[in-house]
Amino acid sequence: MTSIVATNQTILVVGGGISGMTAALEAAETGKQVVLVEKNPYLGGRTVQLYRYFPKMCHPTCGLEINLRRLKANPRIQVLTLAEVTGITGSKGAYSVSVKLKPRYVNTNCTACGECGKAVQTEIADAFNYNLGKIKAAYLPSSMAYPQRYVIDPSIIGTPDAERAKAACKYDAVNLDDQEEVISLNAGAIVWATGWQPYDASKIVYYGYDRFANVISNVEFERLADPHGPTGGRILRPSDGKEAKNIAFIQCAGSRDENHLRHCSRFCCMGSLKQTHYVQEKYGDAGKSTIYYIDIRAIDRFEDFYQKVKANPNVSFVKSKVARITEDKDGNPVCNGVDTEGYVRYANAHDLVVLALGMEPSVKGVEIPAEVMSDSSGFIMADPANAGIFGAGCATNALDVNRAVQSATAAALRAIQVVNKVARAEA
Amino acid sequence: MSDLNQEMAERYKNNFLKEIEEQAEMGEWVKMCMQCGLCSGSCPTNFHSGWDHPPQEIFMLIRAGKREEVLNSEGMYMCTSCYNCYVRCPRKVPVTHVMHGIAEYAYRIGRAPKAQPTLHLSKTFWSNATKYGRVNEVQLTQSLYFKDGVGAGIKKGLEMKDVALGLVKAGRLNPLEALGMGHKCKDIKGIHAMLAKAEELEARNKAAKGKE
Repeated sequence: MTSIVATNQTILVVGGGISGMTAALEAAETGKQVVLVEKNPYLGGRTVQLYRYFPKMCHPTCGLEINLRRLKANPRIQVLTLAEVTGITGSKGAYSVSVKLKPRYVNTNCTACGECGKAVQTEIADAFNYNLGKIKAAYLPSSMAYPQRYVIDPSIIGTPDAERAKAACKYDAVNLDDQEEVISLNAGAIVWATGWQPYDASKIVYYGYDRFANVISNVEFERLADPHGPTGGRILRPSDGKEAKNIAFIQCAGSRDENHLRHCSRFCCMGSLKQTHYVQEKYGDAGKSTIYYIDIRAIDRFEDFYQKVKANPNVSFVKSKVARITEDKDGNPVCNGVDTEGYVRYANAHDLVVLALGMEPSVKGVEIPAEVMSDSSGFIMADPANAGIFGAGCATNALDVNRAVQSATAAALRAIQVVNKVARAEA
Repeated sequence: MSDLNQEMAERYKNNFLKEIEEQAEMGEWVKMCMQCGLCSGSCPTNFHSGWDHPPQEIFMLIRAGKREEVLNSEGMYMCTSCYNCYVRCPRKVPVTHVMHGIAEYAYRIGRAPKAQPTLHLSKTFWSNATKYGRVNEVQLTQSLYFKDGVGAGIKKGLEMKDVALGLVKAGRLNPLEALGMGHKCKDIKGIHAMLAKAEELEARNKAAKGKE
């Protein structure tokens, strides 16, 4: 049984991405008890799936390493991975929360030596790399996964493969009798930081994401550019493995569209501008990027980033929302539309098309087991009637990493105020 | 130039956007366009020579107050009502309907181009359909075939002879419609009265707009 120490002065943080980690750390560093619940077997969320951050073009490894250091050094944070909140009862200052813990089948003896992964034969889709490749069914989710422990996929439990994994382990870390359990814990305040998901690209029928192999999404492109990704950091197109040197980026794929996402997702313009750097970095002057856009929204202080990309002769901008993607006889995706500067019709072939997909809150359509208010896009809003549950990060709005961290810090402060009140009442 | 054209130009001096918003059906949607170009890119008639201004350019011309350019354009008559633009527009602008609205307005104030085939079809179809309350296919086809003269009409008729005979055999076309017989509405008088009332109301509403 998993035992968790939690009282009405504990802050529960749901979601262990950059926002949840930040909220948990900020609260714990003021002396509060925090329980951090994460659905995946590792912390870091979608941020660790990025190759680089804008605007400084550094690797997420760096920022996360700092956070993980803070986390490891802080005894007040209890981390639950493979955990999902299934029920919340009570009210501000006195919540009772049930959490479902899925089995990992690997205990804390694990040293991440990798012998179980070598022994297992079954391969499963590589979720960390957006299913672009396959991995063994005993795996470390990513090279910098925290906790640094292997996971055994439930699909091989009860098969000889699971026995192979157990036999290969020198540290007695594999426990095939691991069972799912539901635990109950108390919390005075809850920070809901369940993040976002990319919009379902196949719903944008005229872009043919599910019909054309060489039409991919912005999050998949991050994995292609990452040396730890499925291609070892080479930008190879999915259809034939050819180096993709002429790449189109289509902005507002889903966003700012009453038929898809009503809101501007804010990060995608900067995301594509950033990704033109990847093309430049890999191929130099042989790499060409074309950005199709309605208007470039380099939010906040990022205008200079945009101007620098604009000055790159290998990057061109077409002011037009692409109307249709077709495929030519060589398997090249062709962008069709009308350039609104001059109203000229075009049909441009590229090696690869990257859809700058918008951001949808993970909570959309998901039953949050508590009363929370959400806006017309499904993002959580501040709800005065339920003053003990606070949204943070991309669960509340379409945000980049920087703003998500700000939002999480704000949520942590609100949660701290609630448990402080509880502490005063109980004193 | 008709008097109504002069009158409207005078009434909406320097505010063509307002003129379209108030006078053209669905004209109030023009300001919702965000110039993404998806409508034009999705338009199947885009390669046609008569397509001088695609929809989002017409919207921009209206907002820029380019009254003459818009009213002289043939763009809005080229619409085939395929509704690609309408279903895709990110702002849910009913582009198809706006195009028809602008075309209808231009026609109403006497600014429609002469011998425009789409316009000809619309007029013919309207008078045909409202005459009996249901479309008289034979007369409609005749008036379209013979629009460019008797010779051209006969030639076209012979070309389509087999199709017509097939339709007659299948009971989908009644040759007696040529004589004004065939399917009709039961209460033609009632339909005419309704249409007259609708026209009167619409004219009154539109005339009242834009006046202080």
